[in-house]
Amino acid sequence: MFDQHTLAIIFISLTGLATLLYAILDGYDLGVGILLPLNQSEQADTMIASIGPFWDANETWLVLAVGLLLIAFPAAHSEILKALYIPATIMLIGLILRGVAFDFRAKVAQTNKPIWDRFFKIGSLITALSQGYMLGMYVVGFNTDASSLIFALLSAIGVACAYCFIGATWLVMKTEGQLQIKALKIAKRCVVITFLGVTSVSLLNLVVNPTIYEKWFSFPTALILLPIPIICAALFVLCFVVLNHLEKDAQIGTGLPFATAVLIFTLSFFGLSYSFFPYIIPSKVTIWQSVAAPESLNFLLWGAIIVIPTIIAYTAFSYRVFWGKVEQLKYY
Amino acid sequence: MLDTLMLSRIQFAANISFHILFPTITIALAWFLVFFRVRHLQTGQGVWMRAYRFWVKIFALTFALGVVSGITMSFQFGTNWPGFMETVGNIAGPLLGYEVLTAFFLEATFLGIMLFGMHKVPPKVHTLATFMVAFGTTLSAFWILSLNSWMQTPTGFEMRDGVAFPTDWFAVIFNPSFGYRFIHMLVACGLTASFLIAGISAYRLLRGDTKAAPKMTLKVSLFVAAILAPTQALIGDFHGLNTLEHQPQKIAAMEGVWETEKGAPLLLFAIPDEQNRTNHFEIGIPKLASLILTHDSNGEIKGLNEFKDEHPPVKPVFFAFRIMVGLGLVMICVAWLGAFKLKRNQQLPNWLLKTLVGMTFSGWVATLAGWYVTEIGRQPYLVSGILTVKDAATDIASSNVAISLALYLIVYAGLLVAYLHTVFLLARKAVEIEEMSDSERLVIQKSEVQYV
Repeated sequence: MFDQHTLAIIFISLTGLATLLYAILDGYDLGVGILLPLNQSEQADTMIASIGPFWDANETWLVLAVGLLLIAFPAAHSEILKALYIPATIMLIGLILRGVAFDFRAKVAQTNKPIWDRFFKIGSLITALSQGYMLGMYVVGFNTDASSLIFALLSAIGVACAYCFIGATWLVMKTEGQLQIKALKIAKRCVVITFLGVTSVSLLNLVVNPTIYEKWFSFPTALILLPIPIICAALFVLCFVVLNHLEKDAQIGTGLPFATAVLIFTLSFFGLSYSFFPYIIPSKVTIWQSVAAPESLNFLLWGAIIVIPTIIAYTAFSYRVFWGKVEQLKYY
Repeated sequence: MLDTLMLSRIQFAANISFHILFPTITIALAWFLVFFRVRHLQTGQGVWMRAYRFWVKIFALTFALGVVSGITMSFQFGTNWPGFMETVGNIAGPLLGYEVLTAFFLEATFLGIMLFGMHKVPPKVHTLATFMVAFGTTLSAFWILSLNSWMQTPTGFEMRDGVAFPTDWFAVIFNPSFGYRFIHMLVACGLTASFLIAGISAYRLLRGDTKAAPKMTLKVSLFVAAILAPTQALIGDFHGLNTLEHQPQKIAAMEGVWETEKGAPLLLFAIPDEQNRTNHFEIGIPKLASLILTHDSNGEIKGLNEFKDEHPPVKPVFFAFRIMVGLGLVMICVAWLGAFKLKRNQQLPNWLLKTLVGMTFSGWVATLAGWYVTEIGRQPYLVSGILTVKDAATDIASSNVAISLALYLIVYAGLLVAYLHTVFLLARKAVEIEEMSDSERLVIQKSEVQYV
């Protein structure tokens, strides 16, 4: 049995892990959704087929992340989501639209298909933008002055762009021919914008927030932490170089851009979490102030220890089943 | 202008009413699909596979609607009902957590293989994937009904400074009303899916579908309904006895009993009047309510007046209960008549097919009515005896809730129309497709073209 102090750390790690996995996994399929072409139905079909078997499970990580926050840090869940009530509602509407459009587009009469494709694209975009906006609001501690709002709006665009980036690299990996060439071009553009976004958010955070500055630049932890931004920058460069190379010859290494995107997401997420730890509501509430009762968390933890590896195992199995280039869209 | 509390209540009711429609279908339809898949594996007959392929489409669509409408609720717990998690979060949290961990990932992941992996994995693995999805949906019902039942009949906890702490998890999960409610809900899902399958199959037959699959699915679903419908009446009776023991005020509202009485009549119709604390236009069968509820024609039923300020609003509980029971009786009649005629003549007369089409979504109405009985019947409490709905409410601005509620209502109404339209459209599409012989099917299967 763990004590409350340890449980808070374990559960914030699990919540963070679920959030990161959500950002990566739903990130790529939201990105594919945003990039969906409305005038080329064949390409649209292939793109949808590439995410078909996965999107539902990807979205479940959001349910787990929000659920863990609710279960382990109920007071924080309530405070954070009350502050983000309207953007969260808009995100949910976006998720609803894209989730159902995915199925409706395949089943309605051919003439109505473009309507649902549009819902899919717009729903994905709304979801990504509102998630970025919420992230931005979280970073500025839910302030609503003009500069904070501008920051949140930029963050909205940044996150949408990051999703397009990982979505495009997913398509580079999963598709061939014309669509792959198109995805390469988009990925190149997005990698540059995402790089600018990540850099500016990191720098702004340091300028605005003196405690964060101290956390990153105090000796000796700085020696361990400094490699993180350096590796991250190197990954951006590597990704750009690989994308450039693939444009000439897309025979091998098509999975490399996606892999770098995953690493970039992971490092950025780690950087952001480290900046705020141990606060769960920036500079207001720590994880230890809001953690739930140990008897409940211990009860859930033992289950999680058994179940999470199982989930990872069958998720891996599912990815293995659909490994390789996506085939023509086939609905069951 | 409605206040935040009222708007939050309407919003949660709208959300959960919309959400429950879809799991009610998928929980049982998944098991029908397992059955079709296994029969195909055993017999190799194409008809089972065609049934599978048609119904898996409706399953996928229904499942998607269930998933997206479910996500919204995990947000509302914290935003609109913070008092719920503050007071009973230590109990509700882990139950919700186990639902996500054990059920949601299982069904979502294997759904991918079930829908898109038919040609990528061996038939046995595909059957296993279908089974995993069915198992996952049922498991998710297990956890959420455990939590819901705990809110009705809480056990296995102690209160410290106004917060509930678990003392015995077994008693929490298997609380006194859980078993009844869980089985009652599973059978309700079975009936809803049976009448959906029967209704859509009948619709296809009426439209001149001559293929074997709709005839076969009509038969399977009607036989299942013929067994489940009377079973449900029996389970409902036991559930009622359990409710009488633990929530007598709910029973009093269901039966419209104001004064405690012995040998209470079963009211077929009445208009309860809460202001004057009496009923108007009563039509009842003497002593029957006592007989049903206490299994003694002179048994005592406690009246609403014993629970002065602590009983639920009577009218909605009273009428919703009658709608549920009335529909249940109609279901028994139609299912038995249909099963009998099918057994005898191998086919159904047109009027009966039309009745079945009319009852395609009758399970939805009965299920919703049943949930209204049990949920409104718990009022004014959110968790019986521990937390009232009022005390759990949020302090966000009512304008914010009004905006979110309006958005949800627009989207839900649109989706419901689109869903109903698409289900019948899929049925019409299936009618138009020519039946293929098994040899043709093999050729086509090799060239990897889609068929129904």
